[in-house]
Amino acid sequence: MTFPLGAERDLLFCFTHLLSDRQSDASFLVHHFLSLYLRARCRVLFLGLVQSFNHYSAISQRMGVSLAQAKEKGQLVFLEGLNESLSVLIPQETDTGSQAMDFLRDPSVGLKSLYEFVRSSLSSTGEGREGADDTEEWGPPVVLVDDLSVLHYCRATVCSQLQGNVVMLTRCDGEEEEEDEGDDEGPERLLKGLTHQCSLTLHVRGLPYWLLHFLRDVIEVQVEVRWRRRQADGQYTQNKLFQYKVHDKGASFFARGTSSAVL
Amino acid sequence: MAAPMSSVGKPSAERSPFNTTSFQKKTRSKLISIPGTRPSVQNGQLLVSTGVTSLDYLLGGGLAVGTVLLIEEDRYDSYSRMILKYFLAEGVVCRHELFVAAAQDNPDDILQELPAPILDDVAIPKPVEQPRLSVEPQDSLDAMKIAWRYQNLPKVQSALASSSRFGHYYDVSKTMEPEIRQAAKCHRFYLPEQPTHSSPTHSMRLESYSALLKSLQEVIHREGFDVAAPMSKSRNILRIGLHSLGSALWGDDLCCHDKPRNSRALTTFLYGLRALLRSSLSVAVVTLPSHLIQDRALMGSITRLCDNAIALESFKGSERETNPLYKDYHGLLYVRQVPHLNCLASKLPDHKDLAFKLKRKQFTVERLHLPPDLSETVSRVSRGELAAAATAASAASACGSGSSGNKHLDF
Repeated sequence: MTFPLGAERDLLFCFTHLLSDRQSDASFLVHHFLSLYLRARCRVLFLGLVQSFNHYSAISQRMGVSLAQAKEKGQLVFLEGLNESLSVLIPQETDTGSQAMDFLRDPSVGLKSLYEFVRSSLSSTGEGREGADDTEEWGPPVVLVDDLSVLHYCRATVCSQLQGNVVMLTRCDGEEEEEDEGDDEGPERLLKGLTHQCSLTLHVRGLPYWLLHFLRDVIEVQVEVRWRRRQADGQYTQNKLFQYKVHDKGASFFARGTSSAVL
Repeated sequence: MAAPMSSVGKPSAERSPFNTTSFQKKTRSKLISIPGTRPSVQNGQLLVSTGVTSLDYLLGGGLAVGTVLLIEEDRYDSYSRMILKYFLAEGVVCRHELFVAAAQDNPDDILQELPAPILDDVAIPKPVEQPRLSVEPQDSLDAMKIAWRYQNLPKVQSALASSSRFGHYYDVSKTMEPEIRQAAKCHRFYLPEQPTHSSPTHSMRLESYSALLKSLQEVIHREGFDVAAPMSKSRNILRIGLHSLGSALWGDDLCCHDKPRNSRALTTFLYGLRALLRSSLSVAVVTLPSHLIQDRALMGSITRLCDNAIALESFKGSERETNPLYKDYHGLLYVRQVPHLNCLASKLPDHKDLAFKLKRKQFTVERLHLPPDLSETVSRVSRGELAAAATAASAASACGSGSSGNKHLDF
């Protein structure tokens, strides 16, 4: 799947990408980034909070990447949030397992334990391979979070400082015209706060209804790319608008209004 | 095109130990066949029927095992309750196990109201009579005259006859026979009967939801619905029906206040429910009085946490009930969300302008079409309404209006 953002190479050296969607589904972008970074031989830490490992594995297989193999080689560390969460939500007498999902227990705990998990995973992947014969050189570490809104749904305070590349998916529901009244942890605020911190934002938005009705089989949403470079000469934002169509093996992007249905 | 049936495709497949190669040979022997389920033609998911065949079609063939269906209730909770009963009745007919949780009505009452299946091939379990089957052909008075070669074959009354069909039809005017209903194993969770714990609850979780989650996990472990459970015994599906979650009777104030105190209790519960379902052979239907929830963003997050979501809007009590445009239907149905499991995109039927109607023998969902205006005397909705409004506003005599007023007096 090609991603016409100019130079895909630049994506690898970005600091933070934020994927957000409104009234549509941007999860295909998460899969794209996962396979992109794995193929670029980066160390990937994937926090899969909303789906099972098999789901990601099945889709990545169709994109040509094997998650099981990457996990074996140590390139991929996968946190299966759903499994870990059960031991937190239903406390048993014998409580084993990582404490990464502790934010579900108590909102005041925050994401500290999750952050500790991330930090320890990232630092240990380099050291654990001393005894092995084939120590492979991996690229810069990447943290992928799918889906950050779960932390909000379960009311965790989000303030995490992570170095390296971070790609997060968050969801925003509600109309664009409405304002978030009063709720201090509303998804809008989360989105705004993250957009401020991130250097690249991909915002997936549903098409207006009349257009969707006309182009219903072909196009789903619009991807708006807000790119902000932090350089010495000031920041500038660059907006690009694409449209895309998702099919089984990935998504194909094209410029606005040039889909095959219209031309 | 039939998808290859493999254990990788199922969302609730066991986590197999990592082999030396990532390429796993897809063998048919690994797939377990459970009565009342079938693999999806798109991506090999294991599907169960919701009991309503047109709803199955809208969801892409059926409800995938390991997922949740959220039904946003209509105003009087009549049709959403009906769909829940269909779902449970389908479980009884397919010999699945049931788990019913409710805070308002006793689960036993819900189970007694299940619609009767229209039987031509559903086997009614009669354990006393089964040993007599072999002697029946000799005892029958009317021996076969034409098909005499089939005389000695045993009558097809096998217990698995009901599993050969995927969806069944139900007669709403009759309730299910107690013998059929009692053949299925039902687990109940009735909130007023649960013991209350005096332990301090966390601000984010409600005691009722925690108790429900714990009870669900216990049932799943005890009855062997875990995917990781040993494969020696025959597997079955657990159908979970949760009635009216989020209502005040569960102790939740989502529906009472604009800014509820524990707004995240239900979403945390739904996250835990998803975790439970993904690791077991079960499927859940949750009904929710969404018309009482003011916060649209909260409703959106609830929808995201469930895999499938539909909303019902009935015409009862609204002005649409007498509207000739909708005279054939009982309400509108909106499909809010359908999941893409183990694949990026799937082919689903069109979800626009759907309306449902409940007849005695069928609950159908169809696309709403405008009726054709064939003759001039048939008054269109807009013209009739305009005329009524005009005459009401002007309060003039009827002879002044030149509209097609067959309901107005003509002098």
